[in-house]
Amino acid sequence: MKNQFKDNPQLLPLLCKIDKLIELSERKGKRFNFMEICGTHTVSILKHGFRSYFKDKIKFISGPGCPVCVTSQKDMDRVIALAKSGVKIATFGDLIKVPGSHSSLEEQQALGKQIDVVYSPLDCLKIAENADEEVVFIAVGFETTIPVIASLVLDAERMNIKNLSILAIIKTIPNALKFLLANLETEIDGFICPGHVSVIIGEQPYNIIPEKYGIPCAIAGFDPVDIALGIESLITQIKDKNPIVANRYKRMVKLDGNPAARNLINEVFEEDDVDWRGFGKVPASGLKLRKRFAKFDADKKFDIKVETTSEPKGCICGEIIAGKKLPAECQLFAKKCTPDSPVGPCMVSFEGSCAAFYKYGE
Amino acid sequence: MCLAVPYKIISTDDTKAIADVFGVRKEIDIRVIENVNVDDYVLVHAGFAIQKMSQKEAKITLKLLREVSEKSI
Repeated sequence: MKNQFKDNPQLLPLLCKIDKLIELSERKGKRFNFMEICGTHTVSILKHGFRSYFKDKIKFISGPGCPVCVTSQKDMDRVIALAKSGVKIATFGDLIKVPGSHSSLEEQQALGKQIDVVYSPLDCLKIAENADEEVVFIAVGFETTIPVIASLVLDAERMNIKNLSILAIIKTIPNALKFLLANLETEIDGFICPGHVSVIIGEQPYNIIPEKYGIPCAIAGFDPVDIALGIESLITQIKDKNPIVANRYKRMVKLDGNPAARNLINEVFEEDDVDWRGFGKVPASGLKLRKRFAKFDADKKFDIKVETTSEPKGCICGEIIAGKKLPAECQLFAKKCTPDSPVGPCMVSFEGSCAAFYKYGE
Repeated sequence: MCLAVPYKIISTDDTKAIADVFGVRKEIDIRVIENVNVDDYVLVHAGFAIQKMSQKEAKITLKLLREVSEKSI
């Protein structure tokens, strides 16, 4: 893995600079705790060997940045209950294998229930037009995905499609980070903020983190140089005792994000208190459909009944998402729980911490 | 899941465009991007363009994606 560092002429001087900054920061051997929020960052940090390179200096903590992983067990059970009820489910592929308390979408598919995997939520328009039955899109995602979900709802309204609705399990990042700092005892010295969520929301929503909590933030891209630039910024901010929101992905992330995309979100959705796996109920950290779109709300259209919900026995996905534990600390990891036979959601999604650690060997 | 891929615009039609990635053409939605022209690059997530990007940036990102996909085979 570290060979990639040798082949990257831009990266080596940057790593030397970071090493020097760490020396100057007078940590006296204490590691920095940096949380990367985005699942794609978790994969990149592992794959490119950052964890092993900075082993004694930086502890990388995976945050709540995989939408499938943070979906609560109860919400997963609601999805499966809907599938059982006989409606046609349209979903991103990641959700198929996530185990609920008693079943999974994969199992329901094998039992003959209709479950279509879509690449884009907008594919649901054609699916609904060609179907006689009700179609429900399982709307899971963060700010990157919400504009396209909003577009699906607006198009369905414009096209007067009556047999399509969405089950909104939508989450937003900034208030979840605030909650993490205010309520959970996870030690965090800096956040590597998600690149593509920030393409939509811009820099400003993170300002409260340095201003109120004194924690540095760096918005970063996904290649090794991007990640090193993010790390360099966090350590510089700590050394200078000057926490800010630094944008190290300026070529894609504008100060104000993408206002047209945010307008779509605001037209269709309003803030809601929602459940996160590992966090519980987090105020104003998700979205629900506005009243105007009630007829596209699967929660209102169908009576979704859930049997008793229970977390998988021995699974510590919740603690991993909250940054309290690493996958290797789970007794099921790589034994009972593997990508082929996942027990918890962090092993299902390509971007889940457990799947990433399993694949890249830690 | 927030993975996004650079696409090159081949043609546009109001809020839709035909765009190319790795030689494969797909219909994408461009409703939140201003002034999209043929040969522009856009960053696409789930069939939906979320930002314009330079050709240079698109090439760097595509190279990274190719590395990832080759290694995961």
